[in-house]
Amino acid sequence: MKKYMIHLNTRRCIACHGCEVHCKANKELPVGPFLCEISCTPLKMVGGVPRMEITFSTCRHCEDPLCVPVCPTNAMVQREDGIVYIDQEKCIGCMACKKACPWEIPVQNPDNGKAVKCDMCMDRLDAGLKPACISKCTTHALKLVELQSL
Amino acid sequence: MKKSVYSICGMCTVRCPIRVESQDNKITWIEGNPYQLDGALCAKGTAGVAMMNDTERPQQPLIRVGARGAGRWRKASWDEAFDFVADKLKTIKKDFGPESVVLSSRGGPWQDMYKAFIHAYGSPNYTNHDCTCGRNTHHASLSINGVGRKGFAYDIKNAKHLVLFGRDMFSALRIAENNQTLDMLENGGRLTYVDVRQTMTGVKATRFFQVRPGTDYALALGVIHQVIKKGYYDKDFLDRYVTGFDKLCTFIEEYTPAWAAKECDVKEKDILAFVEEIGQDRPNVIFHPGWNLARYSDSFYASRAMHILNVLMGNIEMKGGLFIPKGAGDCGKKGIRSIDCPKPDIKRGDGVGWEYKHFDKGPGLAHLFFSHMISEDPYPIKAWIAMRHDPFSGLPDPERQKLAMDKCDLLVSIDTNYSEFGWYSDIILPESTYLERDTPIVQQKGLKPRLTLRRKAIEPVNDTKSSCEIFTALAQRLGLEETFPFKTMEELWAWQLEPTGYTMADFDKKGFIELSDSPVFFDREKLDGQFKTPSGKIEIISEKLTSNNLPSLKPFVAPDKAPEKGMFRLIYGKVAIHTQGHTTNNPLLSELMPTNTLWVNTKQAKKLGIVSGDLVEVSSKDRSYNATVAAHVTDHVHPEAVFTTHGFGKEIPKQTRSYLAGLSDQKLMIGKLDEWDKAGGGVNLCEAFVYVKKSIRNTKRRADL
Ligand code: SF4
Ligand code: SF4
Ligand code: SF4
Repeated sequence: MKKYMIHLNTRRCIACHGCEVHCKANKELPVGPFLCEISCTPLKMVGGVPRMEITFSTCRHCEDPLCVPVCPTNAMVQREDGIVYIDQEKCIGCMACKKACPWEIPVQNPDNGKAVKCDMCMDRLDAGLKPACISKCTTHALKLVELQSL
Repeated sequence: MKKSVYSICGMCTVRCPIRVESQDNKITWIEGNPYQLDGALCAKGTAGVAMMNDTERPQQPLIRVGARGAGRWRKASWDEAFDFVADKLKTIKKDFGPESVVLSSRGGPWQDMYKAFIHAYGSPNYTNHDCTCGRNTHHASLSINGVGRKGFAYDIKNAKHLVLFGRDMFSALRIAENNQTLDMLENGGRLTYVDVRQTMTGVKATRFFQVRPGTDYALALGVIHQVIKKGYYDKDFLDRYVTGFDKLCTFIEEYTPAWAAKECDVKEKDILAFVEEIGQDRPNVIFHPGWNLARYSDSFYASRAMHILNVLMGNIEMKGGLFIPKGAGDCGKKGIRSIDCPKPDIKRGDGVGWEYKHFDKGPGLAHLFFSHMISEDPYPIKAWIAMRHDPFSGLPDPERQKLAMDKCDLLVSIDTNYSEFGWYSDIILPESTYLERDTPIVQQKGLKPRLTLRRKAIEPVNDTKSSCEIFTALAQRLGLEETFPFKTMEELWAWQLEPTGYTMADFDKKGFIELSDSPVFFDREKLDGQFKTPSGKIEIISEKLTSNNLPSLKPFVAPDKAPEKGMFRLIYGKVAIHTQGHTTNNPLLSELMPTNTLWVNTKQAKKLGIVSGDLVEVSSKDRSYNATVAAHVTDHVHPEAVFTTHGFGKEIPKQTRSYLAGLSDQKLMIGKLDEWDKAGGGVNLCEAFVYVKKSIRNTKRRADL
């Protein structure tokens, strides 16, 4: 059962790209891969002020992830709490998961050739902490939402 | 071994409080201090690890072997490096006197130490980067309130309306202040933003004025006119604490909103609607008097107008307004000791204090050294020590600066990174990064004043030293131990804390010591004595300005148009990802933004045949510098201006990621080193015009194989 979601309060977010860097630094990723992304639409006049829409995107941790069944080595795993992660030991870097994912979320780590993607910072969650992007968001715009089962 | 320390970020000059985790001398996590920032940190703060691990920073002392700027260095030991600097300083003192040495820094809470060093050596010539930053605002505040720009702080969180003239706070990023502003907006507060282009701050604003460049002062005058006309000011406050209101009323008569609207290219009805909002929101309206307001030839007067608007609101020393920052004494506590040495009684080499009498003598004005150095008036300058300061990146026209620097026998760069000045200098003393160095304790004034300090999270990974160690070692070789007697940081800290009764253990819990449990406000009925002007009142007409033949209320003069077709006014600014030139080579940050672009207004771009993404050639007015960058075509920059992000166009080959990436605004500002605000002291960083044309490098064909 999917338990976690990341929510962006777009009224607070200032598109500072902090979250992207907090994520990369926490995962010690080299130049190249990003596991989350802030994107802005072009400026548009709204009520006399040029404004933009800001979105935060990362892995959706799908209920029925297309990336999991295609993995030939069972490296792509869905946890009990819905987090979809890559077992780095098993990953062979074939990137079948990327092709299967509708949003092409998994990316290749140029350091070791293996696939990486958002794992909801499950090591931090398991230690009672919040994901890196949320913990350190410059404006506290990112929030961890714990979904309740009805 | 796992370790967690509280410290202070060093990625930009905001210096946010942080907590750093490490394992076996390797940084594993940096976050905003949970007690102050609830973990929040920006991209730059996190990228501190990347800076520390970067091999493209100086890793041991380097002594120049080739010509200045040629980039030929030899590695040296610290002993040799200290001897090199100390021997030259001794010779210079003997031959030319101690005043022939300048020490510049960025400023900040630890500048007392650098200042003490150069004063103890015998020179009055300490200076900092503020002429390119807050000097106009500082002098504007001094002329009206009798206290400098830090004499007031802003309770934005509880305000109802914040007004920012070109202060792009969501790109400059002071995390605590940003969150306060967002809290204010969430509580229904308003944010009015004025700029020549749209910025992230303007995106969050409730009202936005896109003004003609150089007309901030005009807009402020129109607002003052209407505020007075509508009676939206605090009469009691004016009666009690302010002089010169009658003169203001006479002066402002002609500056109607209709006039301002025309000068600024905005609509009169918007100014009127804005003033109505102020009428509703006062007294909790904060007109921020500017931070980096070294922009136009009348920025000092624009800042004065904003200070005057605050005075009219009567928002001083109140919740949701301006307040006087409190120190230890205001909480009935004893303050810390700091390293100090009085300034030698010798004329300054920049003319401040004798040629220009109305400026704060503290750090003088860095840009005024150069013309004095070239003419050797009042004496030759023979050495320049830049303490984590890069005049070549910060001040206009580095080639002109080099003419002055070439008269020096010694150029020293103390820095964690290579700087443009460092690359030209004779010796680089590499400073440990902020994650690897301890600093003296400092007091942070505020409603709840604090003591705090930077603690090293790990031992230095390279052969680098902290600035405290560097100045202490140099002081020993120069016989200045009296000012720098401490052998270890522990000795220094103990001496600093002695009068306070606190110990170092008191920093362990939160990383700071709070000197008061609750916010300290002065009685608003008894503010006499807080304004250090000659009359003790807030003075709209300043005697000091009058006696220096400067008006207090200056008539508005419309800014120049471009001198020729194809020229535009060059405007610079910031982004949240970079700290100007300091981070453009950072591995994590350069990945996000490796170069800058040139913003061109849509209509102008059409005339020039440019679409977004095209390469454009940007040249200085004498065409001695030019650079090619991609154009960003947008409606949201004024047609008279082109905009770029400061900090790029660097020419340090050792910094492979930023080498020649983008364009340098300061290199385009030919002749602007000597064009500055005579009233405020600031450099005019937005008064240069540049040529822009489509580059021939947009080639569609391939002529080689
Ligand atoms: S760190 Fe927070 S404020 Fe900055 S871009 Fe990410 S979500 Fe937005
Ligand atoms: S990688 Fe793609 S398919 Fe897999 S869980 Fe994430 S979003 Fe869904
Ligand atoms: S939850 Fe963790 S891995 Fe996922 S985007 Fe945020 S920081 Fe990156």
